[in-house]
Amino acid sequence: MGAPSTPSNSKEKATRDSFGEALRDLGKEFSKIVVLDADLSVSTKSVLFAKEFPNRFFQMGIAESNMVGTAAGLSFSGLIPFCCSFGAFVAGRYETIRVSVGYSKANVKIVGTHSGLGIGDDGYTQMGLEDINVMRGLPGITIINPSDDITTRSAVRWAVTHEGPVYLRLTRQKLPSLHKATDFQCGRGIILKEGKDIALLGTGSTVNECLKASEKLPQLNPWIIDIHTIKPIDRTLIKTLARNCRIILTAEDHNIVGGLGTAVAEVLSEEGWNGKLVRLGVQDTYGESGSPDELYEKYGFSSNKIAQKLLSLIG
Amino acid sequence: MGSLESIKPPMLDTKLPQRLPPEKLKEIAKQCRIDILEMLEKAGSGHPGGSLSAIDIIVALFFHEMKSNPSDPMWEDRDRFILSKGHGVPALYAVLAERGVIPKSELATLRRINSRIQGHPDRVLLPVVEASTGSLGQGLSIAQGIALGFKMQNKNSKVFCLMGDGETQEGQVWETALSAPKFKLNNLVVFIDNNNGQIDGHVDEVMNLQPLADKWRAFRWAVQEINGHDFSQIIGALETARNETEKPTLIIAKTIKGKGVSFMENSIGWHGVAPNKEQLDQALTEVKGGVK
Repeated sequence: MGAPSTPSNSKEKATRDSFGEALRDLGKEFSKIVVLDADLSVSTKSVLFAKEFPNRFFQMGIAESNMVGTAAGLSFSGLIPFCCSFGAFVAGRYETIRVSVGYSKANVKIVGTHSGLGIGDDGYTQMGLEDINVMRGLPGITIINPSDDITTRSAVRWAVTHEGPVYLRLTRQKLPSLHKATDFQCGRGIILKEGKDIALLGTGSTVNECLKASEKLPQLNPWIIDIHTIKPIDRTLIKTLARNCRIILTAEDHNIVGGLGTAVAEVLSEEGWNGKLVRLGVQDTYGESGSPDELYEKYGFSSNKIAQKLLSLIG
Repeated sequence: MGSLESIKPPMLDTKLPQRLPPEKLKEIAKQCRIDILEMLEKAGSGHPGGSLSAIDIIVALFFHEMKSNPSDPMWEDRDRFILSKGHGVPALYAVLAERGVIPKSELATLRRINSRIQGHPDRVLLPVVEASTGSLGQGLSIAQGIALGFKMQNKNSKVFCLMGDGETQEGQVWETALSAPKFKLNNLVVFIDNNNGQIDGHVDEVMNLQPLADKWRAFRWAVQEINGHDFSQIIGALETARNETEKPTLIIAKTIKGKGVSFMENSIGWHGVAPNKEQLDQALTEVKGGVK
């Protein structure tokens, strides 16, 4: 793992923007990177690469299955394809990902932006709310859901140099900078703060919500963890938390079925942990329109709601 | 989309296509039919109908048209063959064995546990099959991606793909039908094994594709229609495809499901059922007597 391509300047940034800039910058260094998009390049930010390297960008039109299959073929010709769309749309082409990418061990990087309720007004059909769940079911696909600018850049670089399929999940909404350039290691959660008895685990946009929740409750001193890599999950870190905590709370902008909470629950139950696990996230329902803040509040994983939940747990 | 026009002049190629004449191809196809029937009988399951309809096309590709190197089967500059109708893979295994790429003895392991020759092709276990297929409608996208990658990297290898006719009912096929002409993939040659049979009945009845050639012409492909069991027609179509300067080629090959075995020919029931020992003996007698 090398250093991220360029340092972050602005304080708040959508991870899709960090991705687009990182990919464009890495394009100079890695001539085998090619990029495909399905008529959303302006939104996914793959347009930044397309402008810099028009001969290495393939506009596939509104046809995501063909985009994924074509990316597999491009990888078989020796190239490193990134195929980009909204997470909801690209992960929805499950059968093509399953056979042409997963089973085929194709060196394809699937990029799903517009994850979760955080996209806001556009409503449910545009929200990637089950993408982690479906991708998690495919052996050998690494799933990364970064929480800020710098770790997104590191994740993109890691994906380029990693031989094998990757799903990179990104946000439309801006997120604050949380990490240092050296923090990202694929498969290793980041401890933002060590604590006592209680751990808050976030992924992507909810890491900051966990941090803000802990700031509202200084008396509780919870661990704050960024689980950017959902698969492979950081078993070692979760086991450490299990030894030190009686309450573990996960928060994710995703259905609680099959996402971060499920992955953590699997490890905790296999380890025989007898504490209390709470999974915050979309509680197995569909999403809706609204502002991101309103939606995080309504669906129960804003910093306020996380803090309230914690208080209710400790009684 | 960037410019794909700037292809460098072809390098001198020592691993030339075999260019075997029709008589020789017919002999090889006869042996492959024998191998297909024997491996299916031994496996006790599999797809004879579509393997026997496709075998002549695959033989022509490997023994007449494609650049390949049996002593180095993953040679980088080889032409690629993608069997999109993955259930027809006994035909591909038979050809790979005949070409000396996999040992003949391995054919007896078809569909057996721990075998490299899976019920449908697996590129991880057996890289020479190029693509893992069997979930229909995906192979053409893969073939397009390889062809696009070759163009982008100024490689002059070609990509051949074989689809079933029923397979083209899949929506993904038509997404690729739309995109390959946009990318000017004249290095992509696609066959449709038009045997008019699929599991639930005749293709015309299950979901009529006609007018099939007109559809692909309307999508701006260079379309040819041939008899998929006549080697001079297959070779002629491939020669025509070589001269395409811009369009991808789509060859609709009229075929007979189960071709070469009288009781299998045009019988939907033989789509996915293996012959028993008695049926195998009868079938081998017919095949050895010569395919009409």
